[in-house]
Amino acid sequence: MPELITADGALRQDDWVVVPRPEEGEALALPDDKPALVPADLWLENESTFANRADIGVWFDSHDEPEILAGKVNEVPLIAVNFPRFVDGRGYSIGRLLRERFGYEGDLRAIGDVLLDQLQFMKRCGFSTFVLRADKDASQAARYLDFFSQTYQAAWDTDLPLFRRRAS
Amino acid sequence: MYVYDEHDRKMAAERVEQFRDQTRRRLAGELAEEEYLPLRLQNGLYVQRHAPMLRICVPYGMLRSDQLRRLARITRDYDKRFAHFTTRQNLQLNWPELEQVPDILAELAEVEMHANQTSGNCIRNTTTDQFAGVQSDEIADPRPYCELIRQWSTFHPEFAFLPRKFKVAVNASEKTDRAAIQVHDIGLQLVRNDAGELGFRVHVGGGLGRTPMVGPVIREFLPELDLLTYLEAVLRVYNRYGRRDNKFKARIKILVKALTPEGFAEKVEAEWAHIKDSPTRLTPEAIEHIKGFFTEPAYEQLENATDLLASQRFENREFDQWLAHNVDTHKKPGYAIVTLTLKQTGTPPGDVSDEQLDQIADLADEYSFGEARVTHHQNVVLADVRQDRLFELWQSLKPKGFATANLHTLNDIICCPGGDYCNLANAKSIPVAEAIQRRFDDMDYLYDLGEIDLNISGCMNACGHHHVGNIGVLGVDKKGDEFYQISLGGSSHHDAQIGKILGPSFAREEVPDVISNIVNVYVEQRTSEESFLDTYRRIGIKPFKERVYA
Repeated sequence: MPELITADGALRQDDWVVVPRPEEGEALALPDDKPALVPADLWLENESTFANRADIGVWFDSHDEPEILAGKVNEVPLIAVNFPRFVDGRGYSIGRLLRERFGYEGDLRAIGDVLLDQLQFMKRCGFSTFVLRADKDASQAARYLDFFSQTYQAAWDTDLPLFRRRAS
Repeated sequence: MYVYDEHDRKMAAERVEQFRDQTRRRLAGELAEEEYLPLRLQNGLYVQRHAPMLRICVPYGMLRSDQLRRLARITRDYDKRFAHFTTRQNLQLNWPELEQVPDILAELAEVEMHANQTSGNCIRNTTTDQFAGVQSDEIADPRPYCELIRQWSTFHPEFAFLPRKFKVAVNASEKTDRAAIQVHDIGLQLVRNDAGELGFRVHVGGGLGRTPMVGPVIREFLPELDLLTYLEAVLRVYNRYGRRDNKFKARIKILVKALTPEGFAEKVEAEWAHIKDSPTRLTPEAIEHIKGFFTEPAYEQLENATDLLASQRFENREFDQWLAHNVDTHKKPGYAIVTLTLKQTGTPPGDVSDEQLDQIADLADEYSFGEARVTHHQNVVLADVRQDRLFELWQSLKPKGFATANLHTLNDIICCPGGDYCNLANAKSIPVAEAIQRRFDDMDYLYDLGEIDLNISGCMNACGHHHVGNIGVLGVDKKGDEFYQISLGGSSHHDAQIGKILGPSFAREEVPDVISNIVNVYVEQRTSEESFLDTYRRIGIKPFKERVYA
C-alpha cells in the first residue's frame, strides 16, 4: 500500500487504487473492496452508475483534457493527475485548471513519476496529496514541499503575486 | 538598475541551498543522473566536452561594476581566468568543477546574480536592446518590463518543465531591433496605439535551430498591464499542446506553424479570456515601482562637445575611425554610448580574461556610473560616457584590447564556442572566425564594405545565429569531417529574414576564399548607397553562387 504525502508533509496510508485504462474491448477492472480511480473519460461514459459514489474517483493522464469534467469536478470524491515522466510538465497546467478554472475543492493527487524536487511546484499548482515514486524516501517530503519560503507568482497557494504584495 | 529587496534575496539564497542539496544528493547517489540533469540545467550547469560549463545569467544584459569584479574573481578562483559572453547576453565559464558550482552560485547570490533558468526546458533569460534607456527613439525603456518578466518567470511553478526551451526578447526602438525579437519564442515590440497608450506587438514562434522561422505577429496591440497574463496564456497553450514526442519538433514555432498563426492566436485568446483579470494582471503601481529602479543616472547639464571632438578626430585618424564605428548617439546632449568590442583577431569572439572583467568594472566606475551592458553581438557597452572624455577613454581602451574599431563590420563576428568546447557542435567555429578576421585585416577595406553581419555556428542549434547573418556560416559533419555551409541574406532586425543556403559546403581552409568571393560580388555589383544586404536583395543569390562555385 503506497504511503500518501499530504500538503504539509505528513504521511498516511490510503486505500485508493488507480485503475489503468483497459485494453480495447475490455471492461474496467474495479477492485472489489477498495475505492478506485478510473480514467476521467470512462467515468463520464459510466456517469449514471458512478455519479455520487464516494468510492469512485477519476484520474487524468498528462495528455488528457480536464475540460471534459468541467461543471462536474465536485461530483467526484478524488481527482488524480498522472505524471508519466517527471519532465512532462502538462500535469501542472491540469492541476491549476482543475482548481482555478473548474473550482475543484476536493483532494487533488499527484501520481506517477513524482519526485521530491518537484513537490513544491505541484503543491503550488493545486495538488494536495502526493504518491512519491516507490524508490524515493517519503519521510523527506515535508522539507521539499516548502523549500522556498517566498514566491513571485500568484498560483493556487498564493492569491497575489509578489508585485501586488510589495505595492500594498 | 534593479536592486534586490529582502524577498529577492531570500529566494536567491534558498535557490543556492536547494542546488547545494540537490548536488549533494547526486554525489551521494540519492539522485540518478537523469533526475539531476534538468535540475542542474536549470541552474546553468551543462556537462561539456572537457569539463562542466556554467552559464551565468545577466538579466537583459545589465551588469554593475561590483558584479563584474565578482565575476572576475570567480574566474580566478574557480576557473581558468577567462569567461565567454554569449549571444543571449549571458556569461559562460568553461572549466568549473561540478562540486564547486554551489559555492559559485553562493558567490553570485551575494552580488544579486544567479544562473537560474539559463538552460533547460524552461523560460530563459529575457533579453533586450543594449541601448535601452539611452537612445532617443525608444517608445519606452524596455528594462522594467524585462524585470517584471524575470520575476514572473523565475521558478514559475507551472512552466518549469516545458516541451523545450523558451526565450523571450523585448525591443523598444521603432527604427532598429538590436534584440532580434523576431527570432525568439516570444518577441515583444513596445508600441503605442492610436490612443497613445503603451503596449506590445506580440510575435510568437520565431527561432533558429533546426527549423529557423521568423515569428509571426499574433497580437498587434497588447496593453502593458496585460503583459503577464497574456504571457501566461501563451505559455499555458504551449505547455499543454507543444509536442513532447520529438525534441526537434518541440519548440513553440512548430506548434504555431501546425495550428497556423491565426489558429494559435485564437487558442491563446480563448485561454487569456479566463485569466486576463486574474491577480497576475499588472497594476500601474507595480510598473511604477519597477520603473523606479531604472531612472536616469545623475547626468550633468552639458552641451555636445562637437568642436572638441572634431579637432580630436582631425588630429588622430584612428580615434576618428573608432568614434565613427564604436560610438553611438546618446539621448542626452554631451553624452555618448560606447561599445567595447571583444572581437580582436586572435581572441575568440566574446571571450574576456579575468583582468579584462576587472578593467571593464573600473572603466564603468570611471566613465559610466558604474554600469555596463552585454550585447547579443558579444560585445560590452558603456552607455553613459561624457563626450569630452571619449578621447581619454579611447586611449585607455586600446591597450586593453577593447578598441578594435570593427563594430558592425564583417569582422564583428558572432560566433558560438563551437567544437573547441561544446558537446553539441559538429565543427569548430572559433578558428573559422579567426581565419576570416585574418583575411580581412585591412580596416579601410572593412569600412568600405560597410555593415555586414557575419555569424558562425558550429552546429544546427544555431547559438551563433548563422541563419540571420547577412553571411551565415554553419559547421556540418560529413562522415566525420568538419565542413561549412554558407548562407546569404539573413537579418535579425525589423526586416528579419532567414538566410538562403548558397550550395554545397566547404572545407575549413576554403572558407576565407569563399567569403572573399562573396564580398567581391557585392563590391562589383553595389550601387553607391547599397549595403551588402541591399545588394543581395536586389540581385539575388545567383551571382554569388556562380562566383563561388565557378
